[in-house]
Amino acid sequence: MNKSVLMVVAGCAVLGSAAWLFAMGLTGGPEDYAERYAGQSAPPAQTAGKSAGEAGKAGEAASQPSPAAKDAPAKPAAPVATSAPPRSAIPDNEFGKLVRQGEQIFANPGQFASDWVGNDLSCQNCHFDAGRYDQTASLRSAWPMYPAYRGKNKHVNDFAERLQGCFTYSMNGKAPPRDGEVIQALQAYAFWLAKGMPTGEQPEVRGYPKVADPAEPPSYARGETVFQEHCALCHGDDGQGQKAAGGAPGFPPLWGAGSYNWGAGMHRVNTAAAFIKAAMPLGKPDLTDQQAWDVALFINSHERPQDPRFNGSVKETAERFHQHQGEYGKTVNGQVLGEHSPPSGTVPHSPSP
Amino acid sequence: MARLSVTLGLCLLLSCAFAQQTPPPAAGSCVACHGQQGQGAAAFPHLAGLGEAYIRRQLDAFASGERANATMKPVASGLSETQRQAVAAYFSSLKMAPADSASAEPPDGPGRELAVHGRWDQELPACVQCHGPDGRGIGEDFPPLAGQPAGYLEDQLKAWRAGQRPAGPQGLMGHIAERLDADDLKAVAQYFAALPAAPKESGHE
Repeated sequence: MNKSVLMVVAGCAVLGSAAWLFAMGLTGGPEDYAERYAGQSAPPAQTAGKSAGEAGKAGEAASQPSPAAKDAPAKPAAPVATSAPPRSAIPDNEFGKLVRQGEQIFANPGQFASDWVGNDLSCQNCHFDAGRYDQTASLRSAWPMYPAYRGKNKHVNDFAERLQGCFTYSMNGKAPPRDGEVIQALQAYAFWLAKGMPTGEQPEVRGYPKVADPAEPPSYARGETVFQEHCALCHGDDGQGQKAAGGAPGFPPLWGAGSYNWGAGMHRVNTAAAFIKAAMPLGKPDLTDQQAWDVALFINSHERPQDPRFNGSVKETAERFHQHQGEYGKTVNGQVLGEHSPPSGTVPHSPSP
Repeated sequence: MARLSVTLGLCLLLSCAFAQQTPPPAAGSCVACHGQQGQGAAAFPHLAGLGEAYIRRQLDAFASGERANATMKPVASGLSETQRQAVAAYFSSLKMAPADSASAEPPDGPGRELAVHGRWDQELPACVQCHGPDGRGIGEDFPPLAGQPAGYLEDQLKAWRAGQRPAGPQGLMGHIAERLDADDLKAVAQYFAALPAAPKESGHE
């Protein structure tokens, strides 16, 4: 690198800083920018304090060319978001419309994305508060992590493909086209929720909080007791959930034809244990680690819709796709799980009575 | 026990056969305030369509004093076990009549927010997650809230906070009410009170 290149770089930095100051003069500073963008953002006091500091630094940079120019902010220094933006901040424009549609689909896919849903579940059965609650795999923690390589399908998935996977497995349905309305709306919604999340960095809370390994290996018998005492009130003695008055969605079925299939992440005992420990019973999650593991094993030792990757042989499908903590292909109560599965991908779905 | 369930089964069968029913003799003291068809009146909550197990549990709690209520205690105490069950079965088998006038839209605001979305930074689920979309109830144990008198709903939330009502199955409601403040109670009670107890035109139900 020679001297003239360095001078050009320094000159650009000075010009950049000046342009930045000018822009701040027009918009009233980064906090104003942030508010215009999202309606509401971080607490004003905190943002204002920060931006005043940044403005001071930028001022120094402008009057003192080369060494300090490095410190000039390259973009408005928005604080890392500590929560998703409030619903009231969804803008009233075309983008906001798509965001709202995404939330609607997320909260009630059986109604708003019915062509692609093959069971009685909703996205927010496992991702509470329409994907906003950080303890249950929030959308804002997922969005910045894609594209990413997934062992599940052994290639790099972008967010759209990841969403398609939810429909194929967790919703026991069919993947909506990636450029269609459903995926576009869900992506807009996730993107909007992830405002202020650093891209490509592991968010502090991601997925479900890890649950400690159980002291005793999980037990089906103990799990059954936990289920009857803590879960059956809502999910029914037979795990089939309950409809609300008038047939509206109520409590989700945990196994059987109306639940997630053998390819869904939740069929893994460790994933279910982590979810249950963090979130169940609803509003009063007070199970011990051991209880969470036991009941996760119990729930996931029941038949559910077939793995969509099933090739006609449970044994081969298990060997190929189930090298993890799951019960697919194992014998429980004298039956091999997967041998009597209801079909996968049952769309359009006729809700169970 | 077997005879009791047969009797109850017959009651339910009959209840399906006749739209307008005659209350069992034991319900005589109920209908004065809660209406002949359990539709409630003014400040008195409706009983039609509430879960049988739920109503029975409430009668037992009134009688024992666990659910503190000066009016209901003597009424419930005066009923035998069999009578309480018969009363519960009767009101549970009834349905609320669809609202005949178009009711005003429920108020948009903090009550709706709590009811529909909850408040997850306090780990409070939405009311509708257990009480069903539009507060129409789920199954035996999660009673409908829609169309109940606002004062009644608010009083119940207060009673849970004051320990004057059993916390409910698995202690769920007691635990939730602890995290609501006075404004929340009022707002959420008003929201559900403004919803119709039965949809205007229920095409299929």
